[in-house]
Amino acid sequence: MQLKLSRKATDVVLPFEKPLIELEEQIAAAETEEERAALGKELDALRVTVFEGITPWERVLLARHPRRPRMREFVAQIFEDFVELHGDRALGDDSAMVAGIARFHGRTVFVVGQQKGVDTDEKVKCNFGMAHPEGYRKAHRVFRMAERLGHPIITLVDTPAAHPGIEAEAHGQGYAIAYNLLESFKINTPILSIILSEGGSGGALAIAVGDRIAMFENAVYVICPPERCAEILWRDVEKKELAASALRVSATDLKALGVIDMILKEPNGGAHRDIAGAAQSMEEEIAAFLEGVDQGNWQLKARQERFQQMGQWLENAPVLVQEPSGDGDGAKAELGESASAVDEEAAGTTE
Amino acid sequence: MAFFTRTPFGRKKRPQSAVSDGLWKKCDGCKQTVYQADIEENMQVCPNCGHHYRIQSLARIELLVDSGSFEMTHANITADDPLEFSVGKETYAERIGRARKQSGLNEALVTGMARIEGVRCALGCMDSTFVMASMGSAVGEKFCRLVKDAIVNKVPLIMISASGGARMQEGILALMQMAKTADAVRQINEAGLPYIVVQTDPTSGGVFASFANLGDVTIAEPKAYIGFAGARLIEGAFGIKLPEGFQRAEYQRDNGFVDEIVTRPEMRAYLGKLLRYLAPSADKDLENYTPEKEEPAMATAASGTEEEA
Repeated sequence: MQLKLSRKATDVVLPFEKPLIELEEQIAAAETEEERAALGKELDALRVTVFEGITPWERVLLARHPRRPRMREFVAQIFEDFVELHGDRALGDDSAMVAGIARFHGRTVFVVGQQKGVDTDEKVKCNFGMAHPEGYRKAHRVFRMAERLGHPIITLVDTPAAHPGIEAEAHGQGYAIAYNLLESFKINTPILSIILSEGGSGGALAIAVGDRIAMFENAVYVICPPERCAEILWRDVEKKELAASALRVSATDLKALGVIDMILKEPNGGAHRDIAGAAQSMEEEIAAFLEGVDQGNWQLKARQERFQQMGQWLENAPVLVQEPSGDGDGAKAELGESASAVDEEAAGTTE
Repeated sequence: MAFFTRTPFGRKKRPQSAVSDGLWKKCDGCKQTVYQADIEENMQVCPNCGHHYRIQSLARIELLVDSGSFEMTHANITADDPLEFSVGKETYAERIGRARKQSGLNEALVTGMARIEGVRCALGCMDSTFVMASMGSAVGEKFCRLVKDAIVNKVPLIMISASGGARMQEGILALMQMAKTADAVRQINEAGLPYIVVQTDPTSGGVFASFANLGDVTIAEPKAYIGFAGARLIEGAFGIKLPEGFQRAEYQRDNGFVDEIVTRPEMRAYLGKLLRYLAPSADKDLENYTPEKEEPAMATAASGTEEEA
């Protein structure tokens, strides 16, 4: 299957990308080889400065870059003969969640991931990568099939969030995600999860419970969009830059926190500048993972234990309250007020 | 033309000073003025209309369990500050300090072992006065330990949920608690022990999309807000007005996600029955059990008028 990859990577330019693009244009217009080489050196140096100095918020923008390669483009680049599977066998088919069977280096693998869409028509069709419960149920169905037939699963995570909407609620968005999480700890076949660009909250996690979790270097993985966090904690959406830096969204942060295992290198200027280059990074990672599996470095129990280790808490706080005495005159519950004062702060925090 | 429009002038005068004194309260459900002590004595349920107010975890546990049977566990687990998060001048550690003062608890989840109508169980109860009962690492860890306690003691787990979602101040680590707690539910499933969830107002976000939605039996309190994405978020995102009753307990039941709506006054008997039917230890636990003296029936919307005496 051939996908159109002809779209231009530079028709959308983020503010911090501008000097790089301008320099590239100068190189293209340069008349002599010497001039070109000199400018090329300058470009390399500038790129390092720009990408090292990138702020957490700029990283969010980069992860959301409209020209970043999408799930289907990676599939077309990396796998041979993708056979797509449709439908959740209950209600319908969700275009935001793509699932299917593919060949990788001569073996069968199952691929599941969110598709955000490339052009406007496709974006609308696949709901900007925001899956409904139907999508999570489809993912689960395909996970189970892979397990039964004995093939590994590759999940490609790219979603701002699970879809927040009336139908999604009516069809059980919360249940679909919760059920996928629980079932992910029972799927007795290797799972590699790769965060492509935006890993957004429970909608991402629902297909990201992997034995190994990799993440592109310019991707972000967040509990909720920084704008939403700013709105709730700072009560001001304009504090999104503060929120982005406080939330620790980058691949480096997540690796330090033990949430991901591997950071995938992106080509110079970011994955959107060279899709084939980004795909190569991913291909190497998949190959390494499958090699590890073949050598027996894989156990369902390890996946369970890994997630049981997650988190950081304190053990030694002095206990502030007595147990309820049970004699009917214990702690008096307060009426609404004290609860509603903090209502704003955490109402719907993940979404 | 506005001849029949009600004006503030024409309204019945309310005893404003008494309301602010906390003696009287305008009920959130029926908008009637209700004597606050009546609500308190009635399990925080309006005796007039049956509106369920939020109730703190310890008070709720007291209403549910056999007198003196609750043994609190893991009470000294509290939040750490893995991201060194702060909002303005207030650090997350200070925010937790404030929540500890407000609630008298170390975290948003109280865990322990108890008996309900004679049958042993592990019991967890979330407390919305603690940072809106959001789930961070400490809540996730306490839930997992509670599950282990249930498995070791071979008793059912009852989880009373209330939460605004995952705790943002712990960033991605709070998100990971969704997976961690879901795996704990797998463990209790595989141990063959019943897991009962009571969803109370509000159960939403990351908690609704993990352990609070994975019960073998899921019951909910009347009209409790239960949903994944915040109603305001949905309204804001699509510029729509949400239908009446959207994301309420009854809505979840009608859509197939809640087994039964149970009022607070009926909750203890309902859970007692489930435990008798499902707990492996029920027969043994009940051998030497003598029911506590029945308290007079609690007033509900139907019987509320009798309270006037």
